[in-house]
Amino acid sequence: MRHGYTGIPRWALGIAAVGALFVLLPLAAMAARVDWPHLLPLLSSEASLTALGLSLRTAAASTVLCLLFGVPLALVLARTSFRGQRLLRSFVLLPLVLPPVVGGIALLYTFGRQGLLGRSLEIAGVQIAFSTTAVVLAQTFVALPFLVVSLEGALRSAGSRYEAVAATLGARPGTVLRRVTLPLVLPGLASGAVLSFARSLGEFGATLTFAGSLQGVTRTLPLEIYLQRETDADAAVALSLLLVAVAVIVVGLSYRGPSPAGGDSGPVAGSRTGRTTGRISGVRREAP
Amino acid sequence: MTFSLQAAVADRHFDVTLNLAEGETVAVLGPNGAGKSTLLSVVAGLLRPDAGHAELDGRLLFNLGPGRKAWTAPHRRGTALLAQEALLFPHLSALENVAFGPRSAGVPRGRAREAARHWLGEVDAAELAGRRPGELSGGQAQRVALARALAAGPELLLLDEPMAALDVHAAPLLRRLLKRVLAGRRAIIVTHDVLDAYMLADRVIVLEDGAVTEAGPTRDVLQRPRSRFAAGLAGLNLLAGTVTATGLRTAAGLDLAGGHEDAADPGQAGVAAFPPSAVSVFLDEAHGSPRNSFPVTVTDLEPHGDQIRVRAGELSADVTPAASADLGLAPGSRIYFVVKAAAVSVYPA
Repeated sequence: MRHGYTGIPRWALGIAAVGALFVLLPLAAMAARVDWPHLLPLLSSEASLTALGLSLRTAAASTVLCLLFGVPLALVLARTSFRGQRLLRSFVLLPLVLPPVVGGIALLYTFGRQGLLGRSLEIAGVQIAFSTTAVVLAQTFVALPFLVVSLEGALRSAGSRYEAVAATLGARPGTVLRRVTLPLVLPGLASGAVLSFARSLGEFGATLTFAGSLQGVTRTLPLEIYLQRETDADAAVALSLLLVAVAVIVVGLSYRGPSPAGGDSGPVAGSRTGRTTGRISGVRREAP
Repeated sequence: MTFSLQAAVADRHFDVTLNLAEGETVAVLGPNGAGKSTLLSVVAGLLRPDAGHAELDGRLLFNLGPGRKAWTAPHRRGTALLAQEALLFPHLSALENVAFGPRSAGVPRGRAREAARHWLGEVDAAELAGRRPGELSGGQAQRVALARALAAGPELLLLDEPMAALDVHAAPLLRRLLKRVLAGRRAIIVTHDVLDAYMLADRVIVLEDGAVTEAGPTRDVLQRPRSRFAAGLAGLNLLAGTVTATGLRTAAGLDLAGGHEDAADPGQAGVAAFPPSAVSVFLDEAHGSPRNSFPVTVTDLEPHGDQIRVRAGELSADVTPAASADLGLAPGSRIYFVVKAAAVSVYPA
């Protein structure tokens, strides 16, 4: 369709260019401010490396938790209908619009020493608040909706007809999920996981509130940047650049999207109905 | 060993009873929205009826109603479904698609593939084994889907308009194939095409508005339709009314002369059927017994083979293009349909 009629008015193109600049310009401004000659020493300071390592580990753990909770949640939201389903969806998606610091406070009153579950956990000898576990929980809390939204969109556009056929062929629900549903929505699942990972990596407010800022334990990269900004602006900018680079890589990977099972004709070939696949937003339509 | 079903789905006004003997194929005909797909969904277990009872070879499929809640999940029913679209799993090769059923039944990978190769051979698609669904034409995909359904070893095969999405070249091929594999196999085939019913089915049922309006051996139903839908399929005009000594009187008071078929007693409800080819078109009323002549208003003209089909409401006549032009026929023309009594069959409804 590259040479087809686009139907976009000229003025929309102009405004789109301004919009793109609005995103690119601050990044360029930051890049211009980077102390390039000292970039490597700034990035390889012990504090930076510790924060980066912690960030990668906790974001990976959060992504696993998001998959664990998010896949069943998306299945329930996309494939079933029951009273209160809209309400459930609203609550699952709430962290998308909730200020993260509010999420942090809510988590504190749940898992904190005086919290709803925290008190019982304390008796059992488990303390979560202000630990690395708290970082993972805070990140999962804010990142879960990304996975659910992305996967639910993919599930809905994939439809349940393949699953119905699989069931009539004698496949039990677990087999259908493993051999049909998940392979079909793999692009949506992958992009959801990547987005969750990226969101976890950037988490700041909820982490600071619920987990604090203890070097090597809870001080992730964003927290380190915020701290450095007060004392060493060059280090903060260098670390910011690092986060931007990671984000660009992550988004780039998810946008290209892996094709399930390495099919060279794409994930939806064979469907003459122009099935949609969930990509970055779960609503990207792939040309048939 | 039989299949029996009685099921009602209230919000779709669906209430159907159906029985199948061992090795019997039944075609389900009916207009859009009549409940044909609902029937298959209920049998396959994809839709839960409000009330009803179904058994397949002594196994209970469902028993629902006040105080009854027995339900067998789709994967335990042995009722494989072949839909209008092939719906091959796009991430699996043709061979793995066909092996899906056996694999789901716990057959080891190697033996499942062996079975898949056998069934691909049965549908003349052995050479497609390594292809991805995206590399198959519509007809090839549907053949592989048929092999996949057969490989699951269903006790009852469900076919939902399997030819509807195929082009004119692929459909006859699949129809011949189905004729071969359905022989001696128990199946329900939903179709729009009277040819499918003739070639593939031992028996037909006609569904209209969620209820069975006709049932019987294919030839009987299509030769002597009692429902307007079946008459339309068979290409016959159908008028309903009361049997008289000489023919049939319609509710509108029109007297038709016709030949009685067996056991049509005057006074009982009956139908008169006659083919459009037996109807002549005149601008004025024609006289002379034994002919039927009645005024109609043309609603539509459409090509029908090398003839023009003149539609007037529920009735139609076939005339040559030249005759149509001579008569100056157009929608709205007031004309007379004339049909010889010998061409009209009257039988009980």
